[in-house]
Amino acid sequence: MSNNEQAAGTPPASRPKAARQPRRTRVIVDFMGSMSLAITLLVALAIASVIGTVLVQNEPYTEYLMDYGPFWHEIFAGMGLYQVYSATWFVLVVAFLVISTSFCVYRQTPGLLKDLRRYNTQVKEKSLRAFNSSATADLDQSRDEFLKHAHKVLKAQGFRAREKSHDGHTVIAAMRGRWNRMGYLLTHVGIVVICVGALADGPTLLKLNEWLGNIEIETRSVPISEVPRSAWAPKSNPSFRGSVEIPEGASANVVFLPMREGYFVQPLPFRVELEEFRIERFSTGTESSYESDLIIHDPNRDEPLHHTISVNHPLIYNGYAIYQASFADGGTRLDIDAIPLGAEALRELEIPGRVFQEMEVPTPDGDTRIIEFINFQLENVVPLLDEDGVRENRHMGPSFDFRLMDRTGHGLYYRNYKHPALQEGAMYFLSGVRESPADEFHYLFLPADANDSLERFRTYLAMLHNAEVRTAIARQVARDDDTVPDEQTQAIATTTAELMGLFARGGYMAVHEEIERRVPAERVEEVRDLMIRILHAGLQGLYMEVLQDEGVVSIQEEEQRFLEDTISAINAISLYQSPFFFHLTDFEHREASGLQIARAPGQSTVYTGSVMLIVGIFLLFYVSYQRLWIMARRQQDGTGTHVVMAGTSNRHQVEFEERFAHLKQWIIEQKPVDAASGNTHASNNKND
Amino acid sequence: MSVPHEALDFERPGILRRIQPRDWAYIALTIAVGLIAHWQYGHMMDRYDTGGLILAVALSAWMGWFWRPWQAFSIIVGALALFGIWMYGDDLARGSTNFWLNYVGSGQAGVMWMSVFLYLSTVAYVTGLFSRSDFPTRVGGAFAWIGAGAGLMALLVRWREIYLTDPTWGYIPVANLYEVFILLAALTTLMYLYYESRTGQRTMGAFVMLVIAASVTFLLWYMWDRQAHEIEPLVPALNSWWMKIHVPTNFVGYGGFAIAAMLGVAYLVKHRLERTRPDAAITQRIPSKEALDSVMYKAIAIGFAFFTIATVLGAMWAAEAWGGYWTWDPKETWSLILWLTYAAWLHMRFTKGWRGPVMAWWAIIGLFVTTFTFLGVNMFLSGLHSYGEL
Repeated sequence: MSNNEQAAGTPPASRPKAARQPRRTRVIVDFMGSMSLAITLLVALAIASVIGTVLVQNEPYTEYLMDYGPFWHEIFAGMGLYQVYSATWFVLVVAFLVISTSFCVYRQTPGLLKDLRRYNTQVKEKSLRAFNSSATADLDQSRDEFLKHAHKVLKAQGFRAREKSHDGHTVIAAMRGRWNRMGYLLTHVGIVVICVGALADGPTLLKLNEWLGNIEIETRSVPISEVPRSAWAPKSNPSFRGSVEIPEGASANVVFLPMREGYFVQPLPFRVELEEFRIERFSTGTESSYESDLIIHDPNRDEPLHHTISVNHPLIYNGYAIYQASFADGGTRLDIDAIPLGAEALRELEIPGRVFQEMEVPTPDGDTRIIEFINFQLENVVPLLDEDGVRENRHMGPSFDFRLMDRTGHGLYYRNYKHPALQEGAMYFLSGVRESPADEFHYLFLPADANDSLERFRTYLAMLHNAEVRTAIARQVARDDDTVPDEQTQAIATTTAELMGLFARGGYMAVHEEIERRVPAERVEEVRDLMIRILHAGLQGLYMEVLQDEGVVSIQEEEQRFLEDTISAINAISLYQSPFFFHLTDFEHREASGLQIARAPGQSTVYTGSVMLIVGIFLLFYVSYQRLWIMARRQQDGTGTHVVMAGTSNRHQVEFEERFAHLKQWIIEQKPVDAASGNTHASNNKND
Repeated sequence: MSVPHEALDFERPGILRRIQPRDWAYIALTIAVGLIAHWQYGHMMDRYDTGGLILAVALSAWMGWFWRPWQAFSIIVGALALFGIWMYGDDLARGSTNFWLNYVGSGQAGVMWMSVFLYLSTVAYVTGLFSRSDFPTRVGGAFAWIGAGAGLMALLVRWREIYLTDPTWGYIPVANLYEVFILLAALTTLMYLYYESRTGQRTMGAFVMLVIAASVTFLLWYMWDRQAHEIEPLVPALNSWWMKIHVPTNFVGYGGFAIAAMLGVAYLVKHRLERTRPDAAITQRIPSKEALDSVMYKAIAIGFAFFTIATVLGAMWAAEAWGGYWTWDPKETWSLILWLTYAAWLHMRFTKGWRGPVMAWWAIIGLFVTTFTFLGVNMFLSGLHSYGEL
């Protein structure tokens, strides 16, 4: 970045001539420090940066493969576009920029320092007259008297001045705002310092080790004990940023450093134990703080260090910064009641589950299913709009996610809530089901009874699946119905029992299919209506039986609704595709905290460079570097003085012209400025 | 010709002598306000908050001396905000029952008045561009002052409203897109008014106010369409002292870049008109290219300086919150791109002495990069700066 600043420095005529023969090193220095190279590198940096924001970084490679196809995936991966900012070529561009800027500083500094020291009292009158801001006058004053006056004004105005007498004339060379020139040095050196610090904190050393064949990335996700030593980064690695997930009560003495499609293992000189992870919440239920109680076990310490970290409040321990980055389930214990959705609905089958575990569950029909516990959620807060448009949050309580698979590994994803939830005035146990984690849930609503339990539903379901009960109920219903002629009672009872059996197996769909199979197409409609009425009468009769067993005598609206919900639920079970409803009865919550542990020895270097940069920018922008020359010659007749004055500034030309006019008035015309142009206060301010 | 030296005024009075009695009075007032604030709320402040209070007092006192109109402006805005807060008492519900709060003094009402006056100001300035008289632009200036005042008052009152909604939520209202848009509109207007008062070039407003009106339009859309003005609790990542300085600093940067871009537009219009219709009245009304170029440079300089500070502050905050001072989050990356855009602009001007239409175009393109950094990143790219999504 060449810095031949316009207007600053020496007047045009006295610029040093480029007389020296260009040598080869000189050419290289010129090229490396040239503005064109710097701009080219900056543009390359900018383009690479844009790529890095458009192409989502650090995703699993399988995802890229799906998004871009094998052809482009190979090319992108080869170019390092999935980790642009740590790609070798990117680091090289930054390194080159550092070198280029260093060369620029190296080239400019000597001239700059000379500029500051050299007042250049050798100027010629002709060159002074060529300045934009220039004035000449013939004064009555004697030369010495004028020079004395000029010095006084310059000093008061903050100029440093040198005077030199030549053959017949005297030159005062003055300058102010030299700090502006320091601004150039500070900004550019600041950039170099920042980049050097940042390069030191990058994964350069790790990549170098990899390139030398000392270490090799691990791409499998296996327990830490199975990761080969070749994927372990050296303990002495000075800079890294890795993450690790620690369940409550567990500890870790390594972090994982993501690298391309895999990772390295970084050992730590201490062990981090997670005592407890907490999520603090506002009254609305939204998270207010994530906190981890940590214990640091360090062989160099007499006793372990207890410390709580939270977002925005990391722990800095011996140069290792430990941050709260994320959280997850740490293997919550789940006590589950597997309720068969069939004849054995009243059977108790306790399953001891744990998040992230898989287990086999024997089904009542002698088969097995595999349940995989995926996650546990302690609180579910759903924002809702009530009828008045007022926002409220509904707390749904704990839920757990699982996948239920058959022997071939096929199955659906489920989310079950522990507690029943209020839905349009009644309570239901909810279970969401979906085909893949990307889909929306469809919910199964199991009605809760007055005790907020599934007891009544289970009883009803078990009875409905019992053929003997169906027959008995069907007979009773047919008999009790006065509209049925006696001779048809038996036939109706048989039909009712059969329809109830069909419904229990496959809901309305099974009933419809059976009708369509048996009845000619043109009569299906008519028969269906009749059959549904018969079915409902049977289901109602069964319900009466259940209520009677419970001791309920009169049926209220509430009870009627329960029956409707039960029928809907049983109808939906055929789509639910699970032989069980897994009811969470108890749990022991165990969370895991995702910690990020980093070591960045370059951080203070980067901050130092940043301060230099900021200070430099302010000096560059708000201190204007001004130079002034005054040449005085005794006039031929010996009575007066011939004066030439010229000045230049590298910033704020408009304001400098105003200032020059003031200086001219004070020094040459020797009149006060206030009287002529009013407020000098403001213009003085501006130039400061 | 020669006058006694004592009569010349070249002796620069010392800094203390340049501060006039009214400045002293203002400085005393700001310090008093700071002390009262500390006496009232000191128990809720940690040392960083106290540092912030001292910084705010010093900044306001300095502003009052550096730019006198700030004195009256800040006193009026402060008084209106305090009146609104006093009207609220401890009851947020008064926002809709109390006449003053409902129509003038609440956060929401203040934003509406800001929008109205900034729109009116824009209309007045544009009228002034086509008029021979200075009257419309003077009216535009007055409206701009009122608009900026209403916006700042709204933010101050909203600050209190957040505490009234729920004391445990309390945070400074620069935490979401709605709040920072108010800040952007008010801050950019004030920065413009500063340049207008220093240069006397009133017709610049016809261009600059357009971009401010555009941001007000966005704000209104965001409010009505997305209910963005609803007060919500802060996400844990933003619950930091750093936010208080990182965000406002950033918006001085964005404001400077926005002003520079609109002056770039003015420059190009002037450039074209000078060739096609050199004698037309409108050509004469637009400030000279030199004046536009000079203010454009100053706006970019202040914007660049503050944007640099904001980025460094952001890096320091990131080191604390995300575990690394630079993680190539899309917002960070685009900040770098934006920084490079203006760094190159400044290099071209300083070292090559570039002026003219190319630099004007560059400043305009810079505003697009600014807008993408500010909004586009949140809209189109995922990352850690994902609050205030559209």
